[in-house]
Amino acid sequence: MAMLEVNNLGVSFATPDGTVNAVNGISFNLERGDTLGIVGESGSGKSQLAFAIMGLLAKNGAPRGSAIFDGTELIGAPVATLNGIRSNHIAMVFQDPMTSLNPYMRVSDQMMESLVHHKGMSKAQALAECIRMLDAVKIPDAKGRIRLYPHEFSGGMRQRVMIAMSLLCKPDLLIADEPTTALDVTVQAQIMHLLRDLQRDFGMATILITHDLGVIAGFCREVIVMYGGQVMEQAPVEPFFATPTHPYSRGLLHALPRVDQDGAELNSIAGSPPNMTRAPKGCPFEPRCDFAVDICKTSLAPLTEFAPGRKRACNRAVEELV
Amino acid sequence: MTTPLIEARDIRVTFDLKREGDMPWTKPLQLHAVAGVNFTVNPGETLGIVGESGSGKSTLARALIQMVPAKGKVIWQGKTDLLALSAREMLAYRRDIQMVFQDPLASLNPRMTVGQIVAEPLKTHFPGITAAEVKARVQLMMDRVGLLPNQINRYPHEFSGGQCQRIGIARALIVEPKLLICDEPVSALDVSIQAQVINLLAGLQRDLGIAMIFIAHDLSVVKHVSDRVMVMYLGRVMEDAEKRALFAMPQHPYTQALLSAVPIPDPVAERAKVMIPLDGDLPSPLFPPSGCVFRTRCFRAEARCKSEVPQLTGGVACHFPGLLSKAG
Repeated sequence: MAMLEVNNLGVSFATPDGTVNAVNGISFNLERGDTLGIVGESGSGKSQLAFAIMGLLAKNGAPRGSAIFDGTELIGAPVATLNGIRSNHIAMVFQDPMTSLNPYMRVSDQMMESLVHHKGMSKAQALAECIRMLDAVKIPDAKGRIRLYPHEFSGGMRQRVMIAMSLLCKPDLLIADEPTTALDVTVQAQIMHLLRDLQRDFGMATILITHDLGVIAGFCREVIVMYGGQVMEQAPVEPFFATPTHPYSRGLLHALPRVDQDGAELNSIAGSPPNMTRAPKGCPFEPRCDFAVDICKTSLAPLTEFAPGRKRACNRAVEELV
Repeated sequence: MTTPLIEARDIRVTFDLKREGDMPWTKPLQLHAVAGVNFTVNPGETLGIVGESGSGKSTLARALIQMVPAKGKVIWQGKTDLLALSAREMLAYRRDIQMVFQDPLASLNPRMTVGQIVAEPLKTHFPGITAAEVKARVQLMMDRVGLLPNQINRYPHEFSGGQCQRIGIARALIVEPKLLICDEPVSALDVSIQAQVINLLAGLQRDLGIAMIFIAHDLSVVKHVSDRVMVMYLGRVMEDAEKRALFAMPQHPYTQALLSAVPIPDPVAERAKVMIPLDGDLPSPLFPPSGCVFRTRCFRAEARCKSEVPQLTGGVACHFPGLLSKAG
């Protein structure tokens, strides 16, 4: 049995304009030590997927399906159960470290909370452990800085504090939602390097949510491409980047300017992502797809395994896409 | 030799910072956002400016058109110093230098229709123009940037980010400028939309022959659009070189580190590349390091870097330029 089994997970939101199905029928398994990347553009549902697993959906959001972590069903679980798992077994790093840290609390106090709560440590023990963890994420002078407030740190340092905080209880699974999007490239490189080291040392599984395919290429073993709340393609990274098999993944990879190559014109994808309040009936990518046929308007092909470990959801066969 | 379209000489932008508890007579702290930058842009050329947040790249762009007070000289077409002009005199040159901003929605007035937004610069700079001609030119421009004619009476909130950026581009180009300053024009956009806007800008530039200053923190994007690239760090120019040379053989240690940090969307190349790690954080611009500002994070720094400010010679401001055999 896998550590995390996500089965047919969906999220819908009740809005004044009607129900929005932000995430539809996502399934994947995650073993210990796995690294899974989830890539998609804004509005593709990648963050909501993570929120659903963590039980952090907004009030008007309703999850469907199931996500079983070490034998415990997370979807619809009572808050007490979730509180025992969150931070202790599954931790999350959010995109914006400034808005996810409490500006009124010293870093030491926010960090110690989870250790005192989950591990029953005394305050002195917890403080020592927090300083050790800040050292591990390479914050210089951790001992002196732990009493500071979040605004006294730079953006990169705040993200390190967030990562240190999420690792305190030695979680089995870390969900990082765009952990480096707000940061400069050199800081991003530092943070990803750090995450890689920590992931190896602690042996935890990681779900990395990002829009940056470059980050996924460097960090993940497997990738899920989402579009309009659906999984378009799911594959190990090497074959995915070498030969993407879905029209959307191909378009995405060809639309990227690259520092290591010269290119004349970028292949842009015409049109814009679907409005999820009026989600299309068939394949969400159909209006922008060069390979669309009539059936794509009315039905989305189910995600099927066409080679070992590689799945795609497309009505056209791989050989037809040239 | 062609006369440069715009030539910046020793541009300095200094902000006075009042600290809490300062007395009225206390000297304010000085923040040197841009500290002595020189560059030229030739007609039809694209200069890319890269640097991390706080490097002064946006401030530099704003200084060129007097949007922030600056010292130095900005020579326009070899004749006029733009920084010496009064606000009224500057207006005439504003027509030739237009700007596209980062946040597509925030830079459009929510109470104006697309037609009004695009027409406004035209009416400002050509007061005598007839309403019929304004309409004709607005429609032509909208068509040129890929907006539909029936969208002319819509408001900005009805458009997506990519479309709003197209409106911003139409507004900038309708007065037929000679120089377009783009400040992070695609960083707020999704990858697939980003490619559309980059292709649009490249196509328009090719057809209209305008020069461009393209500011971005994304090196891949800058590489794609620029002829020449200038790398900034803490308000100073580290390197300024022709694009191919800069990306193939970066001379400055900072450029080398910056390039090595860019993730490559290819697992094989990404995992094989040699990373030059930069330790620590950007120093505070209030108290920049002595000598070379990059020396505190530089892997090649020596005693000389502490005492002597390197001058920009041969396109690089470093005492020890060139490639290390294998750094890091």
